[in-house]
Amino acid sequence: MSDYFLFVGLPYAALAIMLIGTILRYMNKGFTVSSLSTQFLEGKKLFWGSQSFHWGMMFLFFGHLIAFLFPKSVIAFNGDPVRLIILESTAFMFGLLSLFGIILLVIRRKNNKRVQIVTSKMDKVVFITLLVQIISGVWIAYFHRYGSTWFATSLTPYLWSIFAFNPDISVISTMPLAVKIHVISAFAIIGIIPFSRYMHFLVYPIAYIWRPYQKVIWNWDKNTIRIPDKWVKGVRSKNN
Amino acid sequence: MDIRSQMTMVFHMDKCIGCHTCSIACKNIWTDRKGAEYMWWNNVETKPGTGYPTKWEDQEIYQGGWEKNGETVSLKGAGKMKGLKNIFHNPNMPIIDDYYEPWTYEYEHLFEAPEGDDQPTARAKSLITGENIDIKSGPNWDDDLGGTPDYARKDPNFENLSPQEQEAMFQLEQMTLAYLPRICNHCLNPACVASCPSGAIYKRGEDGVVLINQEKCRAWRMCVTACPYKKSYYNWHTGKSEKCILCYPRLESGQAPACMHSCVGRIRYLGVMLYDADRIEAVASCDESELVDRQMEIYLDPNDPAVIKAARKNGIADSTIDAAQKSPTYKFVKEWGVALPLHPEYRTIPNLFYVPPLLPAMATVENGTYNTTTDSLWGKIDASRMPIQYLASLFSAGNGEKIKEVFRKLMTVRLHRRDKTVGDLDIKELNQALADTAMTREEADDIFRLTSLPLFDQRFVIPAAHREEAMEMLESTADVKGNTGFGFKEMPARGL
Ligand code: HEM
Ligand code: SF4
Repeated sequence: MSDYFLFVGLPYAALAIMLIGTILRYMNKGFTVSSLSTQFLEGKKLFWGSQSFHWGMMFLFFGHLIAFLFPKSVIAFNGDPVRLIILESTAFMFGLLSLFGIILLVIRRKNNKRVQIVTSKMDKVVFITLLVQIISGVWIAYFHRYGSTWFATSLTPYLWSIFAFNPDISVISTMPLAVKIHVISAFAIIGIIPFSRYMHFLVYPIAYIWRPYQKVIWNWDKNTIRIPDKWVKGVRSKNN
Repeated sequence: MDIRSQMTMVFHMDKCIGCHTCSIACKNIWTDRKGAEYMWWNNVETKPGTGYPTKWEDQEIYQGGWEKNGETVSLKGAGKMKGLKNIFHNPNMPIIDDYYEPWTYEYEHLFEAPEGDDQPTARAKSLITGENIDIKSGPNWDDDLGGTPDYARKDPNFENLSPQEQEAMFQLEQMTLAYLPRICNHCLNPACVASCPSGAIYKRGEDGVVLINQEKCRAWRMCVTACPYKKSYYNWHTGKSEKCILCYPRLESGQAPACMHSCVGRIRYLGVMLYDADRIEAVASCDESELVDRQMEIYLDPNDPAVIKAARKNGIADSTIDAAQKSPTYKFVKEWGVALPLHPEYRTIPNLFYVPPLLPAMATVENGTYNTTTDSLWGKIDASRMPIQYLASLFSAGNGEKIKEVFRKLMTVRLHRRDKTVGDLDIKELNQALADTAMTREEADDIFRLTSLPLFDQRFVIPAAHREEAMEMLESTADVKGNTGFGFKEMPARGL
């Protein structure tokens, strides 16, 4: 019963909250959406913490995403033991990298008075969930080897079953405790995205890559505004 | 030709008395709130000096502005590649200590301290952490310290001066300083806009004011690095960047920006200039020696019928064209050519111009005596009290000729006025000066009048904002007073 609550109820609740919450916050409380950078208050220790944490996180995120989207390719890739070992050990390295990073970030937050001042309650929740997530992940990688293969065969179907609105928890409920914790805390993280600084990775500035460098905004169509027999609608900038 | 209108400014350095009224006016209206205490959208620095933030002009440290890259320009320390690569940690960003840690004093303690043997004191408390602090620097920490080893000697502009020239500036008899009031330049090629990954920063088409949309800013903090003038500030409390808004709510209601309105020395001028946006890239990427001249070309003659026609076609209102024709900045910058941009080598095409300081006395020490004879003021421009090369490093990318050109004109105006009011000059000298600078006596009078006796409406020529046409401009500014000042009604609480 509690497995149903944790592996069906929680995921759906988290996903729904995330979806609705982030949209509402983005639309109505745009001012609060920010990476809340603390570099201005402390710049040196942040370098090691933030760089290692984020780059590690990036790799792991896309790793999980690929295993989720293309499980068959991952299994095929891992067919050769050499490749399997290489993939496993790189993933493990990145896991350690982000663990190292998050530990540095936590120490920095605790020790630097200026950064403490701008640490909210939600930030603490963020760090705790991340610590649980990363430690359980590294634990699994070490004690339950070859996750890159068994994830694709057993967890991917579970995740797909969630997204197909046909939840099947038969595999997940037989998994070791560490895996369960990892999954639960992952959905918990998703659920608190709209209420925390987790929001910042959803607004990754991808459009920067293709937009022109300069940006000029007119409140009206400058070429037609003063043609007397033509009515032109003003553009209300979102800032007001 | 893509004609646009731009609010431009001229600051007359000879007139600035360094009173900081401008900074206070600005602070009171816009930045007197949490997270913004340290910000001075308007600040007045002493030159030579290290400025605010410390050594902001040293782009080896801060990597601000653009650099020439063939036929175009690229951002020095930001941009698509560098910005997204450094998004997790920005290596060239100044931190609070490069400005100063804001503080207040524990005044209540003076009243509430228990009775004791000692007088209670009001200790300095950090406005960030609330703890006692030892003040190491503060606003205008190097104010008036034009000859000191700790500040003046560390001025990055000295790089272009020979050791002798540098030494000369520290001789007791020649020691000098000038005030450099600074606000955002509302550039034509803004580095902050280009560096913003979120696209939160934009230039207003109607008047060229550069603004940061507070709802879109995500604290990727690239603008702080990219602005070579360090006029984009990070609010550590709200997690958003902020900058000078040229008091756009005031502009829209026909008022001069607060810093300009309150200026005691009346050094500030504000007016419209028309420019050709098609030429921005070519001007920004031209050879360093041509930067000033090419920038002057981008501003167009508002009396030229062809320009007027093209401006109208581009949606520029007649009232704006009219303002451009009366613009005091156009006169100083284009007609008379006595105002220069600050650090044009940053290639942002700034719209704030400075009349360089001719400083009152240009005496020299000869054989141990202080020589203040004024018989040949003209010849002494080369021996200007503030070395030409120093000023060139500030205002003309190192081209001393440009500074001399301006000085000759300013001197001609003085000679002319001396002749007119005292009449003791050798007329030949005056005529020579007028011929050398191709200036008429009428023009010299005009320069004199606009410099010394301008009326309020001559200093600030602000066209109607055409509120009726702009939805954005329909907001009542009184409604949003006390908020962050960016036009939306929400308390500026830090996000979660
Ligand atoms: C999509 C790409 C991401 C970008 C561009 C990004 C960017 C940033 C930036 C700019 C900061 C502020 C650093 C500073 O203080 O200056 C930050 C902080 C942080 N990010 Fe990310 N981030 C991303 C993804 C993530 C992910 C996936 C997570 C976790 C699941 C995460 C968790 C955090 C945390 C916990 C902090 C706070 C660090 C601290 O100040 O101690 N980020 N991020
Ligand atoms: S108010 Fe005017 S005179 Fe006083 S410091 Fe500012 S610019 Fe200079």
